[in-house]
Amino acid sequence: MMADKKVSILVVDDEESVRDSLYNWFIDDGYDVECAENAKAALIMLESRDFDIILADIKMPGMDGMEMHRRIKTLNKEPIFIIMTAFASVDTAVQALKNGAYDYVTKPFDPDDLSHLIRNAASHVALREENKSLKDRITTLEDVDDLIGESEGMKQVLREVESVAQSNSSVIITGESGTGKELIARAIHSNSPRKYFPLISVHCGALTESLLESELFGHEKGAFTGATFNRKGRFEMADGGTIFLDEIGTISPKMQIELLRVLEARTFVRVGGNKEITSDFRVICATNRDLKDMVKNGTFREDLYYRLNVVNIRIPPLRERVEDILLLVNHFIRKYCKSMSRDMISVEPAALKHLQEFEYPGNVRELENMIERAIVIGNGKEIRLKDLPMGKEVMGSSIESLGDLEKKHIASILNKYNWNISRASKALNVDRATLYNKIKKYDLKKNSS
Amino acid sequence: MKNKSIILVTCGHFEKIVIDKISEDLLFFFGFPLDIEECSLDLSSFYNPTRRQYDANLILKAIAKVSSPYALKTIGLMRVDIYIPILTYIFGQSILNGSTGIASLYRLRNELYGLKQDNKLLIERFRKVIVHEMGHAFGLIHCLNPNCIMRSSTYVEDLDQKDLEFCYKCKSELDERINGYSI
Repeated sequence: MMADKKVSILVVDDEESVRDSLYNWFIDDGYDVECAENAKAALIMLESRDFDIILADIKMPGMDGMEMHRRIKTLNKEPIFIIMTAFASVDTAVQALKNGAYDYVTKPFDPDDLSHLIRNAASHVALREENKSLKDRITTLEDVDDLIGESEGMKQVLREVESVAQSNSSVIITGESGTGKELIARAIHSNSPRKYFPLISVHCGALTESLLESELFGHEKGAFTGATFNRKGRFEMADGGTIFLDEIGTISPKMQIELLRVLEARTFVRVGGNKEITSDFRVICATNRDLKDMVKNGTFREDLYYRLNVVNIRIPPLRERVEDILLLVNHFIRKYCKSMSRDMISVEPAALKHLQEFEYPGNVRELENMIERAIVIGNGKEIRLKDLPMGKEVMGSSIESLGDLEKKHIASILNKYNWNISRASKALNVDRATLYNKIKKYDLKKNSS
Repeated sequence: MKNKSIILVTCGHFEKIVIDKISEDLLFFFGFPLDIEECSLDLSSFYNPTRRQYDANLILKAIAKVSSPYALKTIGLMRVDIYIPILTYIFGQSILNGSTGIASLYRLRNELYGLKQDNKLLIERFRKVIVHEMGHAFGLIHCLNPNCIMRSSTYVEDLDQKDLEFCYKCKSELDERINGYSI
């Protein structure tokens, strides 16, 4: 736990003298203490704030301590729950512990026992917080080494990343498929004050409207068939961090309204729920579509566009920054030779010339895939022209266009994996959203060759 | 100018040497003029026959009620066994940043734990409890420094472990709070 954060304790007991005694005792120890006179009052308090530790009497008029504990668990809160009782019985003690209570104590306590109990519970809270924070850091600190470029276009992008990272403004990253929009989003997040909190990515194009709604806002148990547990949505998970909405141009008009409302209020309700949830997140979107055109055509809401488009970072396609190709080629050679535990290899001049002259409709991703493939099928010493897809074309072995080749290759991989999108996208080393786009682009159907 | 004083209320008989030592401590640590008064309260009304102890919360409230309007802080000295409802016993009790506190020497006696009577040690423990409770009354919370007087003590051995001194951090905070009263 952070050194400056006080452990918070909620005391729930119908006896005023007990509440006052515990309040004074814990306040002297420097804890942040609140009291509630019954379970109902405690549950109302828990709607507006969280507590690290709850000490509750088992016998209270109305709802008892055990029932209150059960209700707290459905709220998705995880305080350390300690049951107090004036009449100890083994049955209730066992039941309380079975229900997940941290401890069960009999009133009155020995002062030393109470001190130990709360100190142990506070250390437990501290360890839990530390564990969570370390996990967040591990999953959040992204490697942005792949951001390579000395061209003026790329330098401009990096300058924009640097200046926008420290702010909280919404960002739209535009650029053709394969230019590295997600990489730029990670770079912004990793250099922002939010870097120790999660970066949550959502590929809007890969999900249907109802799935996207549940994915973004979460759902309550029983909200729909198959919703057997409460589930946090991506906005909730991004609390303190950044949410990256890829392919924002593909979301439906209904989702556009929902998204606008969340961006304005920063609160939302889970699907099937009625409790408002607040989350502090930053939004970064990406698209390869022209959102301005979509606004003109009436397919994208103007108010949402202006809400998202506070800062716009355009990533130039690779053909507009040919001076970066050599740097990228060397970078990908280093990356894949290292990951495949191979010695560093070079590129033969003819191959390099073609690599530098190629148009790259698939941008950096296409170049990366080419290099990886060339290393895999090559002779282990250098990348030759014949190891490259365009090399075959140059050598007259094929008169097919790159698009045709891509279509064929994707179809064969899909068929190989029986149209399992996850496995096929993994094999092709592209994300699921890209694969869906390619299937749509080439109008591929199951069993097509 | 310090125009308010700390009032020491004795509930029961205490030897002059004990009162003198306590007065010296309070003057030394808190620097306010000190008045000593005898308790006018009937403690039997705070007695709980089931527990055979005296309710510290009720005593605190009663002392606060009869306290002089010129009292900056009032500390009651007890000889009886005191408790708060949730705990089996306490050595003392005060309201954080409040105006009243109490301390009892009942549980500080060696004889209660089957040890040889030691009046010198008893007085030293009592002085520590009183200064500790006054520290709370001046707004100090428990300190983690093992030697500091503001360290929480739930056993007499804990009391013996710590010094009759505030650590540097608590002393600085106390001085700041005392200066706040002096302006």
